[in-house]
Amino acid sequence: MISVLEQRAAQIHQNGRAPFAMDCEKHSVAGSVSQRACVFCGSRVVLYPVADALHLIHGPVGCAAYTWDIRGALSSGPQLHRMSFSTDLREKDVIYGGEPKLYQALVQLIDLYQPKAAFVYSTCIVGVIGDDVAAICRRVESEKGISVLPVHSEGFKGTKKDGYQAACAALFQLVGTGPIDEISPLSLNILGDFNIAGETWLIRNYYERMGIQVVATITGDGRVDDIRRSHGAALNVVQCSGSMTHLARLMEDKYGIPSLRVSYFGLEDMSRALYEVAEHFGDSRVQQRAEALVHDEVAALLPDLRRYKKVLSGKRAAIYTGGAFKAFSLVRSLRTLGMKTVLAGSQTGNREDYQLLRELCDEDTILVDDTNPLELAKFVQEKDVDLLIGGVKERPIAYKLGIGFCDHNHERKIGLAGFEGLRQFAREVHSTVMSPVWRLVPRRRRPSAAVEANEAAAVHFQPRCPGECSTCDLPHCDVPVGQEILP
Amino acid sequence: MTLLRHTRGGEITERQALTINPAKTCQPIGAMYAALGIHRCLPHSHGSQGCCSYHRSTLSRHYKEPVMAATSSFTEGSSVFGGQANLLQAIDNIFTVYQPDVIAVHTTCLSETIGDDIPQISEKASEKGLIPDGKCVIHASTPSYVGAAPTGFANMTAGMVKYFSKSTSPTKVADRVNVIPGWVEPADMREIKRIVAAMGLESIVFPDTSDVLDCPQTGMHEMFPKGGVTVEQLRATGDSAATIALGPICSDAAAVELTNKCGVPHTTLPLPIGLEATDRFILALREYNGGLVPQEITDERGRLIDLITDMHQYFYNKTAALWGDPDQLVSLSELLLTVDILPKYVVTGTPGKKFLRRMGEVLQERKSEVQVRQGTGADLFLMHQWIKNEKVDLLIGNTYGKYISRDEGIPLVRHGFPILDRVGHQFFPTVGYRGAIRLLEQILEALMQRQDDQCSEERFELTM
Repeated sequence: MISVLEQRAAQIHQNGRAPFAMDCEKHSVAGSVSQRACVFCGSRVVLYPVADALHLIHGPVGCAAYTWDIRGALSSGPQLHRMSFSTDLREKDVIYGGEPKLYQALVQLIDLYQPKAAFVYSTCIVGVIGDDVAAICRRVESEKGISVLPVHSEGFKGTKKDGYQAACAALFQLVGTGPIDEISPLSLNILGDFNIAGETWLIRNYYERMGIQVVATITGDGRVDDIRRSHGAALNVVQCSGSMTHLARLMEDKYGIPSLRVSYFGLEDMSRALYEVAEHFGDSRVQQRAEALVHDEVAALLPDLRRYKKVLSGKRAAIYTGGAFKAFSLVRSLRTLGMKTVLAGSQTGNREDYQLLRELCDEDTILVDDTNPLELAKFVQEKDVDLLIGGVKERPIAYKLGIGFCDHNHERKIGLAGFEGLRQFAREVHSTVMSPVWRLVPRRRRPSAAVEANEAAAVHFQPRCPGECSTCDLPHCDVPVGQEILP
Repeated sequence: MTLLRHTRGGEITERQALTINPAKTCQPIGAMYAALGIHRCLPHSHGSQGCCSYHRSTLSRHYKEPVMAATSSFTEGSSVFGGQANLLQAIDNIFTVYQPDVIAVHTTCLSETIGDDIPQISEKASEKGLIPDGKCVIHASTPSYVGAAPTGFANMTAGMVKYFSKSTSPTKVADRVNVIPGWVEPADMREIKRIVAAMGLESIVFPDTSDVLDCPQTGMHEMFPKGGVTVEQLRATGDSAATIALGPICSDAAAVELTNKCGVPHTTLPLPIGLEATDRFILALREYNGGLVPQEITDERGRLIDLITDMHQYFYNKTAALWGDPDQLVSLSELLLTVDILPKYVVTGTPGKKFLRRMGEVLQERKSEVQVRQGTGADLFLMHQWIKNEKVDLLIGNTYGKYISRDEGIPLVRHGFPILDRVGHQFFPTVGYRGAIRLLEQILEALMQRQDDQCSEERFELTM
């Protein structure tokens, strides 16, 4: 057994070996080399893609410096979100208060850029010195005539998840303040996709091809005016664990907008998302278009996937994501490629998430919550993986261990959502797992393990590709029961 | 409106309360970087989780290496009742699980403001038996609202002296010098050690991140790589003949501390980037090696001058814009002037009055042709406005200059921290004569490539 921090033992589950009682949603143990971040980080990443808003960070310079153009969230128009604005609080501001500086900075910025709205992020120090950020925001709002929204994102007030909530609360101030005439009953908002490498554009295109109007994308390629009228949409489609569920809940309570929780990653989840949305509207034309869309996209994708699967079959992967929801899709997609997930974990998953992960994974898959590099490295070595999927802090660890890496966080350059995203994911996995450079590094070679892995993986596949697809050796193109991908 | 068009030229408004696109970052990351230069040391961020995460991510992106550091993981409770319980638990956990030799605690804006007393807490940890025999907890005070990253580096380096340096005898080791390298790359620290050894002297370089943040691929993830100055070496700094501190902002505090504590005399020099600055470093070393400069070093200097003379016509009349940390900017400006490039705009967000005086000394009679700004409002937005109003030929600074580079079509030589989009800085030193050759080679490459790209076809030259 790998040694872990005693207090962390309950946050690790070696699947199948013990009754399932995973501890999670805990604060990180002090002294742990945690891969987690803070409340501010959560708010910042969620609001960041609103491209025509001002994002002013009220605090010492660091919080603004480290989040300057940090996310590959693309905008089709304004790029204001990619600048870094800070009140750069100094010692005397900490003593006498930062309110005058905040006021001045806001006024100067609004005059300079004429933004549609402004978000003002509180950092740790602001929470301690007690600046009345909301009051300053109200004052500037009345003077300048644009929405100035405080984001209560003091770093220490919880975890990244609490930051998501603070961001949702700020966004909700905008919702319901725009005109909703000319919105079709067949309409929705895309929540929880951040347009990394243009993913929101892809998803938006799918819905539009189905004949559904997309009112607001929150927040990928987001615009203030769209968010203002988002309460006119008939449905909220929410992706990603947690980051936007709070906003969906708020909108449901106040405006009665129902929501669907989906994932856009992987054949199965992507198809399911489109079918569920179509089913929600109960419009036969929309349903037909969804079926046609899935059919066309999958048919175009299969030959490529087949090629990748041939070489990737039996390879072993470890997944460590921010939210757990992403991990579900990854496990499925890796399986689509014939790969086995031997370790899965997240920074912020909850008990329900881990229960689902456990069901999704194999008997001996290790599950971890809020892990640290030492644990991660040991598990990855013990499980002899070929691929680690994670974020910026995990990448160099993977490379030092001499294994492939795929970024599934905000630093990645390629879209992984949608059908096209799966092709790119397969290509990315292939590019790293099959790279000849690993021949240069002293890796452990255990041929028997690879064979076992192959066999174990094979058991899980239930080939069900009817019709034209009968020659396909790709077993995993199944969709929700009762709906066939191919006619 | 694109990202790059967000900056307009024209009249420049003063900004006292607003920083746009900063040319600095906060203290703790400097302390973390310095602490990584101690062998088997785990840096510890006493504050919220995000601080530690941001610093590790930024260092990881710059070095493409795993960066290990722990955090006190402050909660709302700790912000009210103080972070003592968190730090005690952290110390216990870290020594139990990660087993470093040293925990180097730095504070944050949060823990400083609520008034946590780190020495008192680590005293308590010691009383409770949480610090195993032979292990240590050191600390530096680095609130984010004071100084900037370089002063965080300075504070942690001074902390190393405060906690470790010892004078064991009135007679010092004659042929051993301490060198405090300042915030430079691991490759620079390696080069400094090589130069001192070539000069026939023993050295203790601290901190020393070589073999910590430029590790070879071994197929293993080492929590504590083989590099870093050892605790034993740090203790021995008190018995060295002298200390040479490179870069006043980053290194002076530790050198002064060492003089006061152990009577080791010190000389503080500019970072040895460029011909003159390296000359000063070599001259300082000559004080302790009997006055000899080996042929190897003389030849390196000769090759640098050879390059400068060969290519001087390409430097003629060129102008550059520079931003980054003060110690780097002073030496870079001097190098540029040496080869006949004017450092027309110089910007640093790091406060500290000495910088302007030092820039004045370097610029001398050309002072009136140069704009230098520091502190509040000295950021890349201001730099971009200046450039909009009057262009330069070259940009030298960290990755954040790439927006200006693209908007204005001016080549960017990446230097400083952070470099998030290129490699090379980890491997090739810019200190010493050889380092200056590397820098000039990069500058020439940028200028000559631009000439090749932009000249008319009939002016396109094969031989340059």
